[in-house]
Amino acid sequence: MSQDAWLTAEVAGPKKASLITKPEIADAMIRRAKRPIFVVGSIAAEIDLEEKKLIDYVIAMARRCNIQVVATGNTNNEFLKRGFTPEAVMPAVDIGNRLTDPKWQGVDGKGPHDLAIFVGLPYQMAWTILSGLKNFAPNLKTISLDNVYQPNARWSFSNISIKSWIMNLEGILGNRGD
Amino acid sequence: MGTKEINISIKEIETEIGNIRDLRFSVGRLAQETWDEPQGPTPFPSMSTLRNWDLTLLKRYKPFYLPFCDLCCLCTFGKCDLTGDKKGACGITMPGQQSRIVLLAACIGAATHTSHARELVTHLIEEFGADTRLDPGGLNIKVEAPITRLVCGMKPETLGDLETVLDYSEQQITSLLACTHTGQEGNPLDLESKVLHTGMIDHLSMEVADIAQVSAYDLPKADPNAPLVDIGFGSVDTTKPVILVIGHNVPPAVEIMDYMQDHELTGDIEVTGICCTGIDMTRYSPKAKIIGPISWQIRYIRSGIPDIIVVDEQCIRTDVLDEARLLKIPVIATSEKNCLGLPDRTGDPPEEIIDDLMSGKTDGALILNPEKVGVVAVRTVMQTATKRKKKKKIGILSLEEAIEEAKRCTQCRECRRACPNDLHISDAMKALSRDDPTMLAEIYDSCVGCIRCESACTQEIPIHSLIVAAGEDTLRNESFKLRAGRGAIQDIEIRQVGGPIVLGEIPGIVAFVGCANYPKGGNELAEMAIEFANRRFIVCTSGCAAMTIGMHRDEDGKSPYEVYSGNFEAGAIVNVGSCVSNAHISGAAVKIASIFARRNLRGNYAEIADYVYNRVGAVGVAWGAMSQKAASIAAGFWRLGIPVIVGPHGTKYRRMLLGRADHDEDWYVDDARTGEKVYVGPVPEHLFISVETKEEAMVMIAKLSMRPNDTSRGRALKLTHYIDLHRRLLGSMPTDIHLFVRMEADIPITMKEDIVSILKEKDWKETVIPDPTLIPKKEAAP
Repeated sequence: MSQDAWLTAEVAGPKKASLITKPEIADAMIRRAKRPIFVVGSIAAEIDLEEKKLIDYVIAMARRCNIQVVATGNTNNEFLKRGFTPEAVMPAVDIGNRLTDPKWQGVDGKGPHDLAIFVGLPYQMAWTILSGLKNFAPNLKTISLDNVYQPNARWSFSNISIKSWIMNLEGILGNRGD
Repeated sequence: MGTKEINISIKEIETEIGNIRDLRFSVGRLAQETWDEPQGPTPFPSMSTLRNWDLTLLKRYKPFYLPFCDLCCLCTFGKCDLTGDKKGACGITMPGQQSRIVLLAACIGAATHTSHARELVTHLIEEFGADTRLDPGGLNIKVEAPITRLVCGMKPETLGDLETVLDYSEQQITSLLACTHTGQEGNPLDLESKVLHTGMIDHLSMEVADIAQVSAYDLPKADPNAPLVDIGFGSVDTTKPVILVIGHNVPPAVEIMDYMQDHELTGDIEVTGICCTGIDMTRYSPKAKIIGPISWQIRYIRSGIPDIIVVDEQCIRTDVLDEARLLKIPVIATSEKNCLGLPDRTGDPPEEIIDDLMSGKTDGALILNPEKVGVVAVRTVMQTATKRKKKKKIGILSLEEAIEEAKRCTQCRECRRACPNDLHISDAMKALSRDDPTMLAEIYDSCVGCIRCESACTQEIPIHSLIVAAGEDTLRNESFKLRAGRGAIQDIEIRQVGGPIVLGEIPGIVAFVGCANYPKGGNELAEMAIEFANRRFIVCTSGCAAMTIGMHRDEDGKSPYEVYSGNFEAGAIVNVGSCVSNAHISGAAVKIASIFARRNLRGNYAEIADYVYNRVGAVGVAWGAMSQKAASIAAGFWRLGIPVIVGPHGTKYRRMLLGRADHDEDWYVDDARTGEKVYVGPVPEHLFISVETKEEAMVMIAKLSMRPNDTSRGRALKLTHYIDLHRRLLGSMPTDIHLFVRMEADIPITMKEDIVSILKEKDWKETVIPDPTLIPKKEAAP
């Protein structure tokens, strides 16, 4: 497992994401978080994970782990089609910006988020937004759940196969139980 | 204005103080004042003159930094790690460094336009004389140079007057660039203020360039019915000798066309262009043809169709000579800014240069004289074309050849990992190796032509050529109509639409501009332009974006320019021209303040920007923004208070300027009538924002077109578009409607029931519509 950016030239700075080598790591972070939030981009509805789409895993995880969801791009449409209503619909950079504000009380106004989980954004957009959070949101933990290495997250998968990705996502869900 | 350079020389004179011999003196320029508008407070502003206005904007739209690099490597103290709250050896912080890089990018952009303008104006003065009158629109235009009037407080009348403007631009850019030196400006907001200043200078220089070329070359003069011209690969008659011109600075292309006309060769040769020279060539002669935006360079050169390539400046692939050499296409470089390593043949007789190009003794030549370029290019192409006929094959590779190449693919996926759009190239290669070109043909539509995939390929497969082979049918059918760039907006058009725009009854002006680094192909841009034209916005466009919109066909086979009016009016698609014509879009916003609202324009930047910001619902969209010029163009719009939306690649510009809709305290204006502070809601909510998808972009355009001054009727109309698009494209009612409804009359009647219930839920309270300004009275007073 390597810490090479998925797009070869997107080399990170000195501070790079730790690798999620097994689902328990992500699961533990989510368990520990008091106010986690999912930031879900438009590609989540395009990626096939065998018989499901990535967004279906997001919905399952959000429900099981009680994570609030922000839909960016036009992802809201896809959530609604699946009978799931996100807490907020806003541009990815807007939620990114708010997450750098320690006074922001979150999408529900009940307090700052302590964990942001990114998934399904265009690679370089996630890269840059996560860079903004790495540098300007020191109290926020970030995870990328895409199957490509996002060096600016606090934790990220390495560049893994679809099969391995599914196992990891299932693992996070499985570890939760119902 | 009319300016004169005074030179006095006295051989010998006897005076009371003595005998004086060989006295010479000169006075730079004397202004002959012909403009009776009183001078405003800020003619020729220095970097800090408009700082208060900038900081007012930046207080609302704070930078959200997205560091594209955590290090600074600009001096030998470095590299310095700036991650988090670390500082560099010079003391710079991460926010300071990001703003510094944004300023550098904007300086590069503004310097490029200014240098372009200088080269153009110098050439035109040599050719036509400094006293040549500026005439960007005949009797239809009295405010000939709105940005120049606004920024410099001068009214240029001749080509010579434009030199004064460029002197100022060059001085400012030099100082701005100096600010980025180590140990210079480090305060992020001061750096951002300088970014805005750079943008303003950029628009000034763009205006100079375009009104100079429109006046001297007699390009369409604010003509809404500028001719429809050909665009696309398929429009080229490949049986004729073909000249390709790439770049932005049109004099060499003009000389080519003049030489052809003088020698009755116009029908015998195809003159084709890529990028903005293509656009400006067709403004000069509708017989010229545009191939496409910047991303078409490699596919066109590799087709072998061009028999000679002439490059001027900007956005030209730096490996153009390598690509041309493979197909024995001679290259002529024409700009000191882009010599390509070629020998300088400017002083040689044309015959010698032509012989050397014909014999292959040299790959190309640097010729820094446009007239000579015309002679050499035309005479060379007439001779080379017959020899090169066998090399012309549109698809580059046959499909069979492409399949054989694809079989060499090892599926290492390095191509995909190099692709800026993460296109699934390796999967498509696998399919092609199994005789299925469908997937690769789909990639053709999204490919930006950067050929990074080829550089990354471990097997040296010419991947881009395979993509073109798979997309050959699409390529052959690329034959569309584009309305030639019309130039400025007429004063009478401004009078007609000024009221409806300021009152909000025309829902907005949306300008699709910028480069072709599209995330999912160009069709998305055309779809957006059509959507907003149908919604009765005024759609403006320029440069690569204008070309891309033209390369789209409706079910009747017509391009948007054949369907929509070219007038500056609701429901139109208005191509103003090339990159430098962008100044006519910002100029139109400025002219609304001047011509419609009769605000004093002269040297009065902050007041006019305040007017535009609060009243003119204009939005820029640079969906494929790539370049530093795009950065400076955007900055010029920001300083006028015009928001800009970029596509997902736009986060790589390193920072956004975002408003916080949830911070009520940010959205108060002064009511100029009463002096009271009035909450107006987050309008426009952001000044610079990158969005992810075309659907999100369309919703954002509608949202950012709202302004504090909208009448209730206007606001209801704008809300209708916002809500309708949000529902259709994002699937639900927006949750922030209450922030945009000021009084019940603002509520669109057809949506009243839904909205009233939302307002109740949000504990909404009615407010008033002020006479909005961000400049407190004491500051506005002279």
